[in-house]
Amino acid sequence: MDYQAVIGLEVHAHLKTRTKAFCGCPTEFGAPANSQVCPVCLGFPGSLPVLNKAALDFAVKVALALNCTVQEFTKLDRKNYFYPDLPKNYQISQYDLPLSRNGFLDIFTGKTRKRIGITRVHLEEDAGKLIHQESVSLVDFNRSGIPLLEIVSEPDINSPQEAYAYLTALKSILEYLEVSDCDMEKGSLRCDANISVRKAGEKTLGTKAELKNMNSFKAVRDALDYEILRQSEEVASGNAVVQETRLWDAGKQKTLPMRAKEEAKDYRYFPEPDLPPFIIRAEAIEEVRKGIPEMPREKISRFMSDFGISEYDATILTSRKEDALFAEECIKEYPEKDKKTVTNWLIGPLLSEANNRNCALPGLRITAKRLLGLISLVERQEISGLSAKTVLTEMIDSGREAGEIIKEKGLSQVSDSASLESVADEVIRENVKSVADFKQGKESALMFLVGQAMKKSRGKANPKVIQEVLKRRLADA
Amino acid sequence: MNLNTSTLTAHELIEKLDGREITLEEVLSGLRERINKIDPQVKAYVRRNEPQAAVNPAAAGPLKGIPVTVKDNICTEGLNTECCSHILEGFRPPYDATVIRKLKSAGATILGLKANMDEFAFGSSTENSYFGPTHNPWRLDCVPGGSSGGSAAAVAADEAVFALGSDTGGSIRQPAAFCGVVGMKPTYGRVSRYGLIAFASSLDQIGPITKDVEDCSLLLGVISGHDPLDSTSVDAPVPDYGKSLDRDIKGLKIAIPKEYFVEGMEAQVKEALEEAVSELKKLGATVKEISLPHTKYAVPVYYIVATAEASSNLARFDGVQYGLRIKSENLIEMYKKTRGEGFGQEAKRRVILGTFALSHGYYEAYYLNALKVRTLIKRDFDGAFKEFDCIVTPTSPSAAFKIGEKVEDPLKMYLSDIYTISANLAGIPAISVPCGFTGDNLPVGLQILARPFDEGTLLKAAFAYEQATVWHKMKPKV
Repeated sequence: MDYQAVIGLEVHAHLKTRTKAFCGCPTEFGAPANSQVCPVCLGFPGSLPVLNKAALDFAVKVALALNCTVQEFTKLDRKNYFYPDLPKNYQISQYDLPLSRNGFLDIFTGKTRKRIGITRVHLEEDAGKLIHQESVSLVDFNRSGIPLLEIVSEPDINSPQEAYAYLTALKSILEYLEVSDCDMEKGSLRCDANISVRKAGEKTLGTKAELKNMNSFKAVRDALDYEILRQSEEVASGNAVVQETRLWDAGKQKTLPMRAKEEAKDYRYFPEPDLPPFIIRAEAIEEVRKGIPEMPREKISRFMSDFGISEYDATILTSRKEDALFAEECIKEYPEKDKKTVTNWLIGPLLSEANNRNCALPGLRITAKRLLGLISLVERQEISGLSAKTVLTEMIDSGREAGEIIKEKGLSQVSDSASLESVADEVIRENVKSVADFKQGKESALMFLVGQAMKKSRGKANPKVIQEVLKRRLADA
Repeated sequence: MNLNTSTLTAHELIEKLDGREITLEEVLSGLRERINKIDPQVKAYVRRNEPQAAVNPAAAGPLKGIPVTVKDNICTEGLNTECCSHILEGFRPPYDATVIRKLKSAGATILGLKANMDEFAFGSSTENSYFGPTHNPWRLDCVPGGSSGGSAAAVAADEAVFALGSDTGGSIRQPAAFCGVVGMKPTYGRVSRYGLIAFASSLDQIGPITKDVEDCSLLLGVISGHDPLDSTSVDAPVPDYGKSLDRDIKGLKIAIPKEYFVEGMEAQVKEALEEAVSELKKLGATVKEISLPHTKYAVPVYYIVATAEASSNLARFDGVQYGLRIKSENLIEMYKKTRGEGFGQEAKRRVILGTFALSHGYYEAYYLNALKVRTLIKRDFDGAFKEFDCIVTPTSPSAAFKIGEKVEDPLKMYLSDIYTISANLAGIPAISVPCGFTGDNLPVGLQILARPFDEGTLLKAAFAYEQATVWHKMKPKV
């Protein structure tokens, strides 16, 4: 029996405003505990919140980028619950009149495009952080009051891969807008998932579980994978899926039920009386809309039409805004009309260097000009492709120019057939069997011999020239 | 010069300080003596062992260093601010409320002693204070009203020059009436609430309690104005309230709501009101009866909205960061014990009421409906103010009652706010001025209500009436 997963994601993203949502405290990450606090974000008696206009603008920006309708009339509400990291024991959030609703986000899995509905995007404040020690628990309120966006998707997601693609696309948008750092490790992006399964073709939804404690996009994917299997097995064996919150245990690679709540949650939402409702005028929305830069989807289309590169390549190159800016510079400067070579360089060696170093392309500190210089050396056959990769690594590590490195390491490609003849002869002497195979008409044996020759020259031989030399010497032999 | 400075009003003190007839030291020591002598009986102040005057280094402004008495729910930097609750024991705010900041920069001295109040302003008699009740200076076995009973009693007994109270449903006006002094609840948004420990955020306002209307205008002028720290404070210009004090109310259109005369109004209160109305007529005002049809819903609407907000506002008192903490084995126990021991009976009652009103399945029936009726009550006033400049009513249906008389009957206690609550629900300004005495020599208050941000008209009418009568000159014999 086939099961279909029905998944909705709830993402919380820190907005990187300079100050907190309702007070003037800084929002920087990593400051000493309780060094970025004031009576307001500590919830001291008598203190009152004042909405940070920048947080509202950021939120509207995201809502527009996610194709949501921004509500003209919106208000903040109190969500009441007791927890020591919540200094007022209520969170200022939005309930029945969220900032925006009814948006969508297009995602790509493989070659297929899918539209995921966005239920709502609303503004709220973050809580502090509990630090559990042996006999006591401490609270760091630096995070308390940092503006958060809650972005809720429709249950339109049907696989862990789609969930992953959704998160990647969402993160990309938030980064493009420069409104969030989206760093899951620092907690500036968090994701919970609602998931249920149903038999393929069924219309009614199964009982859902809420998954929490996933600290990376990969963890979200893994947790969903696990949960689909678990729920499918439950249903297949005739058991009921329990509606519950489950925590992802990355060590055990499974979801485990959270300790059962004593009672049903009742947040007793009501309008925040300390903050009057506000009207976001259409002109203000248009003003924000004007400030929205080119979004990933638009960039992908432009890369495809302007540079003739594939959608797949364009998607990879634009997923991070910084990568896209660097890539665009390189591609534009690249003199040939066909951009395949430079694109391959960017997607291949460059991005893999960046991933190894956990940075974006500009973080490699190699200029577009230098990269193109290196590519042109390969194209002019002055160095081999293989050597070029070594040179690239060295350029990134040392910040030196390609020419300098090539000279120092003696990596210039040898295209002089005379100097390659001795290498060819040596290879022919040492590989009697392959030579025999070649003579019996096995073309692949030649490629093997070329490879051996390349190895002997430590990558410096021009593969085309060595092939010619080998052919000639084999005919003679 | 050997003058008994403690009987003087702020504007009289300023005049005498300006004329160098007295010194600030004399004012401060005179007040100290008076407090030491009288307060053991009146108990208007709490923590009487604390230093009495927090000297203001910038005593140069228009208030000349005159001391102001502050209710225990208004934050004063470094001075205990406990809302007369066990749960805030030892709480010293690291900051001043905006009104305190304004008073300091106007040259006021903030009195280190804080005025007694019903715990978290929950009450109409100051009997719900963790520190015990305040006594009415006119009759020590009677309550001073509440919740700002300490502030009103201190002003009435000359233990304070003037004072700040807070008014959520009548907590300034009713004690002012019970103690025979002037008390005003300004328009919602006129005075910053920053630093006022919230009871019900959409109803609370800080306001003056003073010996006469002129002091009221003086103090109101200092504390009013937009505050960027309070999003509900309104950015409207603050007029020179002193200019309203011209005694000329000829042609002033006054309305009397008939709904206020139905049940529970004491005969002597009714008489005092009628005399006050004929005095106002004599002064040239026209008086007409009107209807405010939704008046009867004010008390129930108030007790839903106010308790709902209070239940959330009081959630922060949990033993985690400040105030009382009863150590326990685990978090839930700590919450339960701290709140169980820290809150008094009335606080618990209101938190439970409010929690219920906001609960799933009841929210629509209670809270949401209450908000709708609140709008209707406001519309009643909007309608009336299209035709009339002010509305007059008694401040309270009765004069001060005996200590202990209503503690067992919360509903009866709640009804003592029946005339004052509507102004908070509608957000309009209202003042209480003394308008006579009962046979038991207890003061009666006249309440005047006006349009939003028209405190000027309130002061004008109140001043004209006050100057034509002798009530504000009466002093209790303590």
